[in-house]
Amino acid sequence: MSKHSITIEINGESFTREVDSRKLLIHFLRDDLALTGTHIGCDTSSCGACTILLNGKSIKACTFFAVQANNQKIETIEGVEQGGQLHPLQEGFHQEHGLQCGFCTPGMIMRGKELLEKNPNPTEEEIRWGISGNLCRCTGYSNIIKSIQYAANKLNEKQEEAA
Amino acid sequence: MIMCKTSKEIGGMGHSLKRKEDARFIRGLGKYTDDVQLPGMLYMDIARSPFAYAKIKSIDKSVAMEIPGVLAVITGEDLKQYNLHWMPTLMSDTQMVLPTDTVMYQAQEVAAVIATDRYIAADAVQALENSIEYDSMKPIIDPHKALDADAPLLRPDKDGKTDNHIWHWQTGDEEATEKAFSEAEVVVKEQVYIPRIHVASIETCGCVASYEKAEGKLTVWMTTQAPHAIRTVIALVAGHVGLSEERIRIISPDIGGGFGGKVPVYPGYVIAIAASFLIGKPVKWIEDRSENLQADSFARDYHMTVELASTKEGKMTGLRIKTLADHGYTDAAANPSKFPSGLFSIVTGSYDIPTAFTEMDAVYTNKPPGGVAYRCSFRVTEAVHAIERITDVLAQKLGRDPADLRFQNFIQKDQFPYRSALGWEYDSGDYAPALRMAMDMVGYEELRKEQAEKRARGELMGIGISSFTEIVGAGPSKDFDILGIKMFDSAEVRIHPTGKAIARFGTKSQGQGHETTYAQILAEELGIPAMHIQIEEGDTDTAPYGLGTYASRSTPTAGAAAAKAAHKIRDKARKIAAYLLEVSEEDLEWEPGKFFVKGAPERSKTIQDIAFAAYTNHPQGMEAGLEATHYYDPPNLTFPFGSYICVMDIDPKTAEMKIRRFVAIDDCGNIINPMIVTGQIHGGLAMGIAPAMYEELIYDDDGNILNGTFMDYLLPTSVETPNWETGHTITPSPHHPLGAKGVAESPTVGAPPAVANAVVDALSHLGVTHVDIPVTPFKVWQILKEKGVIS
Amino acid sequence: MIPPTFDYLVPATLPEAIALLHEHGDEAKVLAGGHSLIPAMRLRFAEPSHLIDISHIPGLDYIREEGGFLKIGTMAREVVLEDLPWISERYPLLVDTTKMIADPQVRNLATVGGNLAHGDPANDHPATMLAYRAEIEIIGASGARTVPIDEFFTDFFTTALEHGEILSEIRIPIPPALSGGCYLKVERKVGDYAAAAVAVQLSLAADGSIEQAGIGLTNVAALPTRAVNAEKALRGQQPSDALFAHVGELAADASSPADDLRGSAEYKLTLIRELTQRALRRSVERAQGRS
Repeated sequence: MSKHSITIEINGESFTREVDSRKLLIHFLRDDLALTGTHIGCDTSSCGACTILLNGKSIKACTFFAVQANNQKIETIEGVEQGGQLHPLQEGFHQEHGLQCGFCTPGMIMRGKELLEKNPNPTEEEIRWGISGNLCRCTGYSNIIKSIQYAANKLNEKQEEAA
Repeated sequence: MIMCKTSKEIGGMGHSLKRKEDARFIRGLGKYTDDVQLPGMLYMDIARSPFAYAKIKSIDKSVAMEIPGVLAVITGEDLKQYNLHWMPTLMSDTQMVLPTDTVMYQAQEVAAVIATDRYIAADAVQALENSIEYDSMKPIIDPHKALDADAPLLRPDKDGKTDNHIWHWQTGDEEATEKAFSEAEVVVKEQVYIPRIHVASIETCGCVASYEKAEGKLTVWMTTQAPHAIRTVIALVAGHVGLSEERIRIISPDIGGGFGGKVPVYPGYVIAIAASFLIGKPVKWIEDRSENLQADSFARDYHMTVELASTKEGKMTGLRIKTLADHGYTDAAANPSKFPSGLFSIVTGSYDIPTAFTEMDAVYTNKPPGGVAYRCSFRVTEAVHAIERITDVLAQKLGRDPADLRFQNFIQKDQFPYRSALGWEYDSGDYAPALRMAMDMVGYEELRKEQAEKRARGELMGIGISSFTEIVGAGPSKDFDILGIKMFDSAEVRIHPTGKAIARFGTKSQGQGHETTYAQILAEELGIPAMHIQIEEGDTDTAPYGLGTYASRSTPTAGAAAAKAAHKIRDKARKIAAYLLEVSEEDLEWEPGKFFVKGAPERSKTIQDIAFAAYTNHPQGMEAGLEATHYYDPPNLTFPFGSYICVMDIDPKTAEMKIRRFVAIDDCGNIINPMIVTGQIHGGLAMGIAPAMYEELIYDDDGNILNGTFMDYLLPTSVETPNWETGHTITPSPHHPLGAKGVAESPTVGAPPAVANAVVDALSHLGVTHVDIPVTPFKVWQILKEKGVIS
Repeated sequence: MIPPTFDYLVPATLPEAIALLHEHGDEAKVLAGGHSLIPAMRLRFAEPSHLIDISHIPGLDYIREEGGFLKIGTMAREVVLEDLPWISERYPLLVDTTKMIADPQVRNLATVGGNLAHGDPANDHPATMLAYRAEIEIIGASGARTVPIDEFFTDFFTTALEHGEILSEIRIPIPPALSGGCYLKVERKVGDYAAAAVAVQLSLAADGSIEQAGIGLTNVAALPTRAVNAEKALRGQQPSDALFAHVGELAADASSPADDLRGSAEYKLTLIRELTQRALRRSVERAQGRS
């Protein structure tokens, strides 16, 4: 069958659509659902600009068919701010000047989200390896690392407050 | 330590204000060209040549046209009917939009498909590419062969052309330099090749062209760094089909990095515009990364023979450079028109060299056209690489420490303004403290000791210095134009009754932070808080005319225009204040945000009071409103400078290299936003080490590109990139209204020679004097093998 | 950039998947992690008529020790190897290898099984499985069969998998006590294929001599390569730098790399020589518990 009806939960909302088997998840998000926050930067799965979370795991939406995401949960940059509150990563990127043109930023933030969930206290080296699948041309990476460290500190503070 | 004249609340110069534009980007709400979706929008994709040089035998449109959803196939023959198959380049050469008989480089556009869906367009391109027949010919790939007697004539379309030579350009005193060389006690000479590279911003190029038949209006969302220039070029090129400049609107939305790669007019834009014009529906064209790397304009590709003459004590006495410039099949460089090799003549650099001569010859080859800037003003990277490499070569020859040799030859502070041997008047500079600061930060003397100890044990480490002078801010109208349009820039500032403001500019940020920094300039000059000043760029229907953002020109030109416009506003504001306070203008003094009466400071009017009065209570006979526009013609370029030091460790067994430390001291004059400036420096440094160690576009003898994707065209990740250590000196520009110079490209210019010098330094004890960039482990392995270090 | 059309099928069991492969013939391909297949499809280097997605079949992603083997199910994702602390402790060679594959996002989806089934000598796991002397379980229409790793890679991009068969499990013999291993890879940048890489797995006898050794080489020939003579030269010997240097030469002798954008064949031989020695040293350290 080359046309499929799929149901995907995206940022907490359920979408049911008909798609061709070959429709890449990145195009489904951007063109079919007008969620244009996730970007396309290459055609060889090399740049990470298309990074989203699939069931909490960061993946490249350009190397995944929409049909594979049937009945799965997806989180994109549009879903990161919750109830008008920026996520500490978004705050971090703003406070630490972790973005310039903004094109790689959604991918960096989504990758950062999984990175910090798995490793709440990453070293600088762990962050560098952690974002090695995300290319940036503008920032030279130093401030991106600071942005993620800012978020790690913020998240740990929140954890301590909650405890 | 930067002293700010305004408070943090106002946020003028020197404050590290967080960026206003971040709000949309961190939420994924930026609006880039591919985000534009219009009702009825069609998709365009391009069929490309597999050959570097071939005659087109036939194009069979039918197979593609049979695919449901394909509306049109456009070829060169179709465009020829409208005389749109060729277009001018920015250097007044000509470039094919689509070919009618011959293709000139691999991946060249051959035909375009318009379809209802981007997937169908891709299928149609595959079908179309399979249906095009070629007779391939042997291409010219090596520029040294372009002028051989038996080389094919690549541009028979150019009247009177009999060979592949494009132009010869020279500057300096040939005779005096010849004399200096013949009398020199020491002469060093190296062949320095800087290969083709590609800016590879993370967003590729593209457009959405929307022609509305009823209104006769064309709107194009386009990844362009220079929207007004594009509009004028389209009006000139396509005026004959009815596209008139007042009915053309170019919108440069958010751009995901430019770096010079989004300055040229690419064939894709023109075809999309033509398609929309003919079909009457919006047409979107967004190139793939492979297309971007393989077909868009390249940067660099200079083969330089560099010679430096000196006394045996190390005083430089002459510089001579001969260059072969490979431009691909047409000169589509993005340079000011009188400077076919850009600002290369900055090549005497930071040194007081009494005489110099440089000449270049540009040739055609079967490769993509260019070259563009790759974040470096105009050909300044090539120049700085040449002088900084040859300076180290000289130091090595004389057995001198390279820092020492630089101190000896620096232009001294009291020599500014300094007229270089190649005709530039450097506005200001103070080179020695920057180098000293870099040396202190890196711990230079200790590193030299460490190097000596390591060398004795067979370990390899190198220290590379680069002390560069940049030249940016093009430029003064007497010398600078692009296609005849002078390179001023503009600011239009309007204050609202409630004391807030909007300002529009002729430049276009691609991440440089203009929405914040321009607001800070105006905050400085008007005392209105930066947060209350809305900045807009990029829409040619509303923005004042400008030449766009590239070559680090925005602060020097549009930033200055903002200051000047603010001064005009202050002049009117003073009149209003005088009227409100019932004093004469001379009795008033200004501090950021208010006029007050001399000697009676409690009698004052804020700029907000004045703004309100401008609409409600202005003097009789005065026009209402509080606004000004200024087109700024810079009196000179600006000359940022700096000193960088790279410490490199090399594994003597595998030749793997790692940058241990990179120290960068930059002087960009007065700093608007330190946080943004530092960010620009980090980014520029990353785009400096990248060509030094990783990037190069590689062709085989048949013109096939061997690394046309990100699999093999290597952009450094966060792992390859070191921690940047930065610092500043501040030597204001005497002619810029804010004393600022521009900064974003300095690091891309200054870093490669620091890296190359570090590698050569690590190997100098083996007799190595030069290595071309990119310095790869394989190249270093070859050297170590040749020298017997690796058996 | 845009893949060609195909039909997409989601079987519920492995036998169903196999039946679909038979039904749809040669142009039907298995979709597991998809990170070799989908990139090839996007560039239209691969144009399968059918994709048979096995990633939703339950129970294929296990990693467990059983019956003397570490058993890895075909859908086990690379990232799980990094995340399980006991894998890092007992199978350092495996973890070294997985960390060198592509980048974190790819490792979240790419499978160990896929890395082997693709048959690419430039992939990282083949050399590692050679070093471990692994076995590959293959399931086809007529049931399961086991193929020793030395018989699994048959040609350039070709494995013992016939059409209609699916790689179902990888079995690594549980290393004895006093075992250690190491994977060292030289790449132009993170995420690249190897200019050259070496996988070493060895175990020591009680007297400290090398009892067993496996050495696999990445991207030095048309097939993943075992350095047979290098392994032989280690057996029964006390570790020493001189021994390792000699073994490095033998590993280089077993290699016939090609000139390419990463460098010349001779350059790669230098890397093999050097990486073999370093991997041996590290493996011995780990075996002695000194890591």
